Amino acid sequence: MIKLEKIHRNFQVGDQIVHALDDINIIINDGEYVSVMGPSGSGKSTLLNLLGLLDQPSSGKYYLNGGDVTELDEDRQASTRNKNIGFVFQVFHLIPRLTAAENIELPLVLAGVDEEIRKQRVNHALESMNLMERAQHKPPQLSGGQRQRVAIARATIMEPSVLLADEPTGNLDQKAGLNVIETLEQLNQHGITLIVVTHDEALGARSTRSIRMLDGRIESDNTDNKAG
Amino acid sequence: MLLLRDAVHFSWHALTANTVRTFLMLLAMSIGVGSVVILTALGEGARNYITNEFSSLGTNLIIVIPGRSETSGGDPATMLGVTERDLTLDDALALTRHPQVRRIAPLNIGGAEISWQGRKREVSIQGTSAQFLKLRHWEMSQGKFLPDTDLQRPKSVCVIGINIRNEIFGAHAAVGKWLRIGDRRFRVIGILASEGQSLGIDVSDSVIIPVASAQSLFNLPSLFRIFVEVKTREAIPKVMTFIKNTLRDRHQGEEDVTVITQDAVLATFDRILTALTYAVGGIAAISLAVAGILIMNVMLVTVSQRTSEIGLLKSLGASGKAILKLILIEAVLLSSLGAVAGFALGQAGSWIIRYAFPVLPAYPPTWAIVASLLVALVTGVLFSLLPARKAAQLNPVDALMRH
Repeated sequence: MIKLEKIHRNFQVGDQIVHALDDINIIINDGEYVSVMGPSGSGKSTLLNLLGLLDQPSSGKYYLNGGDVTELDEDRQASTRNKNIGFVFQVFHLIPRLTAAENIELPLVLAGVDEEIRKQRVNHALESMNLMERAQHKPPQLSGGQRQRVAIARATIMEPSVLLADEPTGNLDQKAGLNVIETLEQLNQHGITLIVVTHDEALGARSTRSIRMLDGRIESDNTDNKAG
Repeated sequence: MLLLRDAVHFSWHALTANTVRTFLMLLAMSIGVGSVVILTALGEGARNYITNEFSSLGTNLIIVIPGRSETSGGDPATMLGVTERDLTLDDALALTRHPQVRRIAPLNIGGAEISWQGRKREVSIQGTSAQFLKLRHWEMSQGKFLPDTDLQRPKSVCVIGINIRNEIFGAHAAVGKWLRIGDRRFRVIGILASEGQSLGIDVSDSVIIPVASAQSLFNLPSLFRIFVEVKTREAIPKVMTFIKNTLRDRHQGEEDVTVITQDAVLATFDRILTALTYAVGGIAAISLAVAGILIMNVMLVTVSQRTSEIGLLKSLGASGKAILKLILIEAVLLSSLGAVAGFALGQAGSWIIRYAFPVLPAYPPTWAIVASLLVALVTGVLFSLLPARKAAQLNPVDALMRH
């Protein structure tokens, strides 16, 4: 469960203070499918970075699975990120010199998981992402959709409770984008909390809960009744 | 926690993926280490060369020179540097009495014209004894050296160097022929095989006669030198004292000789050349430092080029420490590879020097190898600390934004 309490995030730009997040209070339960929408500069990316522990709030509390993570030191935050949070980026962020399998393996390597177990879990992930034949290919040899599925496999290899996706279809054509979204939704159906930041209304409409942001504030938070 | 083995694997991958960068860094590092190894090998080679040259003069040698090496008073005799008392053959013989003395050889030197069947040549004549051959580690190519007889008795025999043999006798057999030296005739009984310089005289250009003959030939009762070979190196100080005391007693209490050791001369050269080796090594070490700065530069570029990768690693749960570890391991791998390549380069260079100049035993000293390898590693790591810290402190949000 995610709980944000009176979160503020201010940036100093020149001699002006920009309130990127202004008094945010949200609770997101395990297994929810949330879309975060809003125009550029509305604070949705800042919110996502904060949820992913890549950024610190200026004030306020962030509880992840019951624990206050704003209090943790840098090492603990890194390890929390490693175990509980998966990221999917618009630009995939795969390391080009590593093969698909090695890219997927990275979080396990960083966690110091035994090589034997790593291989098993990577194989399992490759299989479920339908990437078995592409395991030894490097990112430049993969299509956009395949690259994003590698990224998803990497984000989920540690079996995190939360999956954060920042415009996951932004760099994909419609067919590949749909395929990626379906993959993410499938993961959500298996229990992962899925939070998608997007501009795309159609994509936003697929979620069960839609948060709209404007000027660092939550403008609306709708849980529609569509079966999710 | 990131395992060391995996970290090394990851860093190795990063190195091999960027071959041009890695190659350039290795080149810089190996030139640094290599030049230290080669230059110190040269210095060391020069030192060994000189040492060898000196020991070919003879080992455990004490040299007695007539005259004092001190200046005193204003009396005209000292001012003119005139030796007050001759160094005689009896003096030389008296020195054989010490049990630690293996052999002695007196030496007289003079110039004279030699001739045979109209062929003439101005040469330097050395008057000495039978012991001189072994004392100087010389070899005979033909015939015999001077006979081991009474030092006081002149004998009309001579031993000639290979060059004299060729110049004077040409195609004729030299041994057994009578050679005219000054106004006397000496029978050639042997030819020296040895070559090279000794005491400033070309061995192959010298003519050697018994010391008593030289004394009467040049009308010179005083000896030029007495060489004393001591049995062991440890006995040298004792024998020196013995020589000084003996000669003082024989010269009515006047200490009018100078006694020097081969070792003293050698030690001076050794010190000078060791200092030279250090100096040259130090100059070469500058190139190592330059290589270190280059590594820092390239690692800084690496960090900024790989900013988004570092941001990604952070988003995947790498702590600042893990990033620091990865960058440092990369630097250590690079600098140790560079050090090993440089070591190989240095050894190859030293080999080429030895091959090109066989007289120069250019082997790099162990301290130089160890020091250059260590300096390479340490500079590699030290100069990578700054870029590595920079990487570790990167803000992942900013880092991920850049691509």
